[in-house]
Amino acid sequence: MSEEFKLEVVNPEKSFLSKDDVTEVVVPAFEGEMGILKDHISIISFLKPGIIKLYSKSGEEKYYVEDGIIEFKNNNLSILTSSIFNIKDMEKSKIDKMLRVAEEETAKDNISDQAKYLIDQKIEVLRTIN
Amino acid sequence: MASLDDLKKRIASVKSTQKITKAMKMVAAAKLKRAQDSAEKGRPYSEKMNNIILNLSEGISDKENAPKLLSGTGKDQIHLCIVMTSDRGLCGGFNSNIIKKAKSYFSRLSSEGKELKIITVGSKGNDQLKRVFGDKIIENISFKNSKNANFFDAEKVSKIIIEKFQKEEFDVCTIFFNQFKNVITQIPQAQQIIPLKTETGEKEKLGDNYEFEPDEDEILTNLLPKNISTQIFKAMLENSASEQGARMSAMDNATRNAGEMVDKLTIEYNRSRQAAITKELIEIISGAESL
Repeated sequence: MSEEFKLEVVNPEKSFLSKDDVTEVVVPAFEGEMGILKDHISIISFLKPGIIKLYSKSGEEKYYVEDGIIEFKNNNLSILTSSIFNIKDMEKSKIDKMLRVAEEETAKDNISDQAKYLIDQKIEVLRTIN
Repeated sequence: MASLDDLKKRIASVKSTQKITKAMKMVAAAKLKRAQDSAEKGRPYSEKMNNIILNLSEGISDKENAPKLLSGTGKDQIHLCIVMTSDRGLCGGFNSNIIKKAKSYFSRLSSEGKELKIITVGSKGNDQLKRVFGDKIIENISFKNSKNANFFDAEKVSKIIIEKFQKEEFDVCTIFFNQFKNVITQIPQAQQIIPLKTETGEKEKLGDNYEFEPDEDEILTNLLPKNISTQIFKAMLENSASEQGARMSAMDNATRNAGEMVDKLTIEYNRSRQAAITKELIEIISGAESL
């Protein structure tokens, strides 16, 4: 039996990525990283800033996301996100810039705890890629 | 009757107008293609989002304490209307259609004794509304500088809306935009986004065997603001496709009208030229006869 399932990543502008031969996807869900294999129970969850790891026959791919929702149903995984980048395509200067913006944001004192937590997460992730 | 010179000048000026409208039509056609593409590409996102929200709102355990963005404030007194129009003119009835739709809604609200607040997106709508409803407009947002509709702009709008909602400045929020049907037809739409109206009927039945992490309520609280951005973004995409479509057909009409005008003027020009020649001939002949 094949161990593959379908993955679709959409952002508001277009369908970002569509694959039907992924074997495992690791997503940064809100309550911790979550690995999804074939025949996972139907689930809805949302994402925090982190890295989506995607394993398929063609190898491993990594994507950076800032937010999103995932829905898994009948071996179809849909990821809705407004900001996703392939880590391979992320240039160092861009990451630096994003880091700077995030650091400025977290330094403000009028943001909520949750927002601060999310931004701190983002900074951490950006640092690891950098 | 206008002199020959005047007619010549008019023909030349109509011809150059025709050139401009023709060029604008071409530009609109090219932009329309792109706008249509992005409207189509944007659809899966908003559909999926809608589906998830539907499932969640069905499965919500505690209806009483459901997030306010979903269930509303329980009142229906202050209405916020987001009127989305274009930043540029010369697009036929595109803006007027939205305004007309919005105005009839406004007058219904005021006859029911409800309070009205307006946010205009796009400068044309602001121009048309500020004469009559100037005191009701609380904000005017314009994206003149962004070339295409993009999600960041939509998020900006939705942030403003959500902020105002949290301050309890309004109870119901409706957006007005043109839905793109085809190049000739755009349908002005009024869509209520707060509280969210869930459309039943077209949804897939999924059963309740979903696992939620964290629980439904929390996901919903996080999701609803995103949904508002998505809805606004969708409206923006539809609007930009409609705008280009409306402009294209308006410019097509203008080009055709200019063509007809050139024909008419040319006939008039030829006639008066002929008349002048005849007049001169008569003068010469009668001058010769008198000798």
